[in-house]
Amino acid sequence: MIDLSIKISGLRLKNPVMVASGTFGYGLEFADFVALSELGAIIVKGTTLEPRQGNPYPRMVETASGMLNAVGLQNKGIDYFIAEIYPNIKDFDTAIIVNVSGAKVEDYIKVAEKLNDLEKIPAIELNISCPNVKQGGMAFGTSCESAAEITGAIRKAYKKTLIVKLSPNVTNITEIAKAVEDAGADSVSLINTLLGMAIDAEKRKPLLSTVTGGLSGPCIKPVALRMVWQVAKAVKIPVIGMGGIMNATDAIEFILAGASAVQVGTANFIDPQVSVKIIDGIKDYMERHEFSSINDIVGNLIY
Amino acid sequence: MKKTIQDLKVLRNKKLTSDFFELELKAAEPLPELYPGQFVQVLIDNVRNVFLRRPFSIHDVNYQQNTFSLLIKLAGPGTRQLSYTEEGDFLNIIYPLGKPFTLDVQGDILLVGGGCGIAPLLFLARYLYDNKNIAPDILIGGKSADNLPDIDKYKAFGRVFLTTEDGSLGMCGLVSDHTLLQKECQKYSMLYACGPEPMLKIIAGIAKEKLIECEVSLENLMACGIGACLCCVVDTVDGNVCTCTEGPVFNVKRLKFS
Repeated sequence: MIDLSIKISGLRLKNPVMVASGTFGYGLEFADFVALSELGAIIVKGTTLEPRQGNPYPRMVETASGMLNAVGLQNKGIDYFIAEIYPNIKDFDTAIIVNVSGAKVEDYIKVAEKLNDLEKIPAIELNISCPNVKQGGMAFGTSCESAAEITGAIRKAYKKTLIVKLSPNVTNITEIAKAVEDAGADSVSLINTLLGMAIDAEKRKPLLSTVTGGLSGPCIKPVALRMVWQVAKAVKIPVIGMGGIMNATDAIEFILAGASAVQVGTANFIDPQVSVKIIDGIKDYMERHEFSSINDIVGNLIY
Repeated sequence: MKKTIQDLKVLRNKKLTSDFFELELKAAEPLPELYPGQFVQVLIDNVRNVFLRRPFSIHDVNYQQNTFSLLIKLAGPGTRQLSYTEEGDFLNIIYPLGKPFTLDVQGDILLVGGGCGIAPLLFLARYLYDNKNIAPDILIGGKSADNLPDIDKYKAFGRVFLTTEDGSLGMCGLVSDHTLLQKECQKYSMLYACGPEPMLKIIAGIAKEKLIECEVSLENLMACGIGACLCCVVDTVDGNVCTCTEGPVFNVKRLKFS
C-alpha cells in the first residue's frame, strides 16, 4: 500500500501534487478534464482586496521551453471571490488554498482576515513574489526585513496554515526563507517566476506591454531545483517545490531535492490532465523503487 | 458545452497554396456539437521553439463522417510542423473552445474574411445556408490570387466577392476597401468578420457608423485556451476579458477598439 499523503503544518493533503496559482483558474475551468478530487490541493488565482484589471495585452510570449507572462494579478477581488466563487468550489474534495496578494500590508491583512473566516479554505499562500505589479508583490519578497514584516503581520491575522511563496529574483533565497520561517510561516513555496524579457528585433519593440514579465516552464527547472535544494537544507518548515514541472519525473526530482510537496503550473496550459498523470507517475516511481510513503523520498538524494 | 481532449486522426493534409494547408481530422466517436466561430487547441509536441498549443478556428464540419477541418496558414515553427503532418498521424486536440458567432439571425448577411481570417467563415456560411436558409454574401481578401485558398467552396453557400492587394483577382485593394463595405453595407442586418486587427477595426467603425450589428472573431495570443492563464485578454466595456472563453467572437459594441 502506497501512502502519498503529506502534512504541511496542520494541513493534511491526500497527495503531494498541487496545482499552482494562476495556472488552474478556480479549478472549475478544468472540471471537464480532471477529477478535481484526485488533486492534493488547488491553489486558486492570486486574490487581492480590490478588483484588478491586470496589465494591457500583450501579456504573454512563448519562449524557448517556456513562456513569459505579465498578467498582473487580474482578479475580481476578495469580496467577489467569497460571494461568487467560494460557494461553487468549497465542496470540492480537495484542499482549496487561496493565493493572497496586494500592494500594501494592510490590504494583505484584510484579505487574510476574510479568508480566515471561510471554513473550507484550510490555508493561504502569501504571494510576496509577483514580478508583474508596480507596487507590492515582489517588492515584499526581495528583502528579509519586508518579507519578515509582512509574514509576521499575516501570521497574527491568519490562524490556519500559512504558506509563503518566494521570489527567485533575489541574491540569496535561503535568507528570505529563514526570515519568513522565523516570522511564523508554516511552509514556503518556491519558485515564483523569474523576471525576464523578450524583444521583437524586426520591430525593435518589447513583446510584452510591460516590457518585463515572469518566466515559467521547463526552462526554469534547473534554477528552481537548485533553490528548493538550498532552501530545504536551510529551513525546518516544509518546502513546496515548483518551477517547470512537466511530468512525474520532474516532480520526483523536486521531492528528492527536499520538497515535501510540489506545484504544477505552466504545464496545465499544455495538458489540462497533467496533474493527475503526475500523481499516477509518482505512484509508479514509488512502486518501482519500493517506497511505501512519499515522505521516505523527501530530500532522499544520494550524494 | 463540455470540452474534451482527444487524439484525432489526420485523414487528409491538403496543400492549398504556398502558405495555406487544410487538415481534416476524424474523431473515433461522434463529434460533440460544434458551432461556427469555435476553435480548437492543437498540441505540437517535441518541436524546437514550440512550447504552447496552437489555436485554430474550426473551418468546416462533417457530422456524418465525424470529421472537421482546420485551415492553417504557415506562420512559424508550430504551423510549419503541422504542415508536415501525414495521413494516419494523430493530433492531440482540446475542443470545442470559445463562444460561437450569434447564429440566430435573419435578413441579408455579410461575411468578411482577410488572410487566414477566412478560416471560420466556411463553417459559418454552411451553417447559415443549411440551418437558417440564408445565402450570405461572402467577401474574401488576400495578398494575391495565388494565396486565396480554395475559395470555390464558399460559392455553394452564397455570393463570393474577392479583393487582392495586387489586383490579381477581384477588386484591387484591401478587403475593407470593397464597395460592399464602403457603399452598400446598409442593406445587411449583420456583418461577421475575421482577419487582421486593423481590418477588424475599420469594419467595426463602419458598422458602428451605419448602426449595423457586427461580430468579429479575434485571434489574440493565448496559452491555455480555457480561461485559466488570463493571457489572451481583450479590453471591453466590462474590462479585460479572456478571448478564449468570452470570445473569440465579440460584438464590436463590447470591444474598446481604439
